[in-house]
Amino acid sequence: MSGFNKVVDSYEEAMAGLTDGMTVLAGGFGLCGIPENLIAQIKKSAVKDLTVVSNNCGVDGFGLGVLLEDRQIKKMISSYVGENALFEKQLLAGELEVELTPQGTLAEKMRAGGAGIPAFYTATGFGTPVGEGKEVREFADKSYILEESITGDFAIVKGWKADKFGNVIYRHTAQNFNPLAATAGKITVVEVEEIVEPGELDPTQIHTPGIYVNRVIKGNFEKRIEQRTVRD
Amino acid sequence: MAMSREQIATRVARELKDGYYVNLGIGIPTLVANYVPDDIEVMLQSENGLLGMGPFPTDSEVDADMINAGKQTVTAATGASIFSSAESFAMIRGGHVDLTVLGAFEVDVMGNIASWMIPGKLIKGMGGAMDLVAGADNIIVTMTHASKHGESKLLDRCSLPLTGAGCINKVLTDLAYLEIKDQAFILKERAPGVSVDEIVAKTAGKLIVPDHVPEIEF
Repeated sequence: MSGFNKVVDSYEEAMAGLTDGMTVLAGGFGLCGIPENLIAQIKKSAVKDLTVVSNNCGVDGFGLGVLLEDRQIKKMISSYVGENALFEKQLLAGELEVELTPQGTLAEKMRAGGAGIPAFYTATGFGTPVGEGKEVREFADKSYILEESITGDFAIVKGWKADKFGNVIYRHTAQNFNPLAATAGKITVVEVEEIVEPGELDPTQIHTPGIYVNRVIKGNFEKRIEQRTVRD
Repeated sequence: MAMSREQIATRVARELKDGYYVNLGIGIPTLVANYVPDDIEVMLQSENGLLGMGPFPTDSEVDADMINAGKQTVTAATGASIFSSAESFAMIRGGHVDLTVLGAFEVDVMGNIASWMIPGKLIKGMGGAMDLVAGADNIIVTMTHASKHGESKLLDRCSLPLTGAGCINKVLTDLAYLEIKDQAFILKERAPGVSVDEIVAKTAGKLIVPDHVPEIEF
């Protein structure tokens, strides 16, 4: 037995404790590196009124898009939501709230949230609708707006490999927002393609140290491709 | 004649220097990658977390975990690195990217840019555009000079909600290359066969026309 063993055997167990009205941070960029089985489990659990923080909202019928089908999402905090017809319909009908946030600000909000920094100044969004109503301060003759950080009740993360202690490595550009979300969840759940014994991963190559991770589960992934582009 | 998309990309590519790290937006900016001079090396940054973007994969190389900011499958170039979104935007916001090329709906003499939102139409989001314009010193905006109805997109003040304030000083349109300085557009170069008069007629914002405006050569 080890108090550091984070492995759970079922998706019910992985998402246990998620209830109505919670905030969920999700890794992924488009459909790349999304925790697709954890999302499917949220759909199955039928929790509602969620605030979901994710760069995008999946597509119709896949990824976070499936949570729109039963109106489980109350509010989305994202940088780009243009790939999803159901999202558009619910937004125009006033059934869904959206807080559009610049991509770098969104990443930094999660990074700061996980690092215990409540807010930060950034030039991004100054003089635009994003900056409206936010505190402005000048540093060296340049204007910055104050952005508050984000934390979540849950963070759902897709890794490549993890050891049983919850040390995680991501694969290629499936990394994206995943390590940031991982730091900022009260309960961080990571699903991976392979779980190995502690010591099998090179400590210098770990992207997300196990201290941030509460639960690890091995999943099978469809890994749908949004835009398959090839050369001859 | 107005420049083609390929000619605009060719002209932008002349601003590239050996050793530049470059972020190319979606649309015409993406085409710039096809016109990098043979004698220089540049590294393309894709804001989803890839520095050193390579060509599209062959059919057998396609990997769902390897995409660019346009969500297209790509490869990594030799010497590439891959990192988180926070690291990616640290590069962008920290001013480490040497050149950023992106599109716009409007620019104005104050260096303001509007590129993400048309009120009354569906708002899809700004993605990384606000971070890119706020963080980069060296930005080239590529756009058409006027709308299909002939309305100028180079204005005294942008009419659409801004992507960034006071951050643009180089604009390449299908008609001209202009710089923004002291609250005016300065006409630096014109497209082959396009008259200064036509550019003046299609520029709503204050425009300064030097005595000699060379044609862009291809």
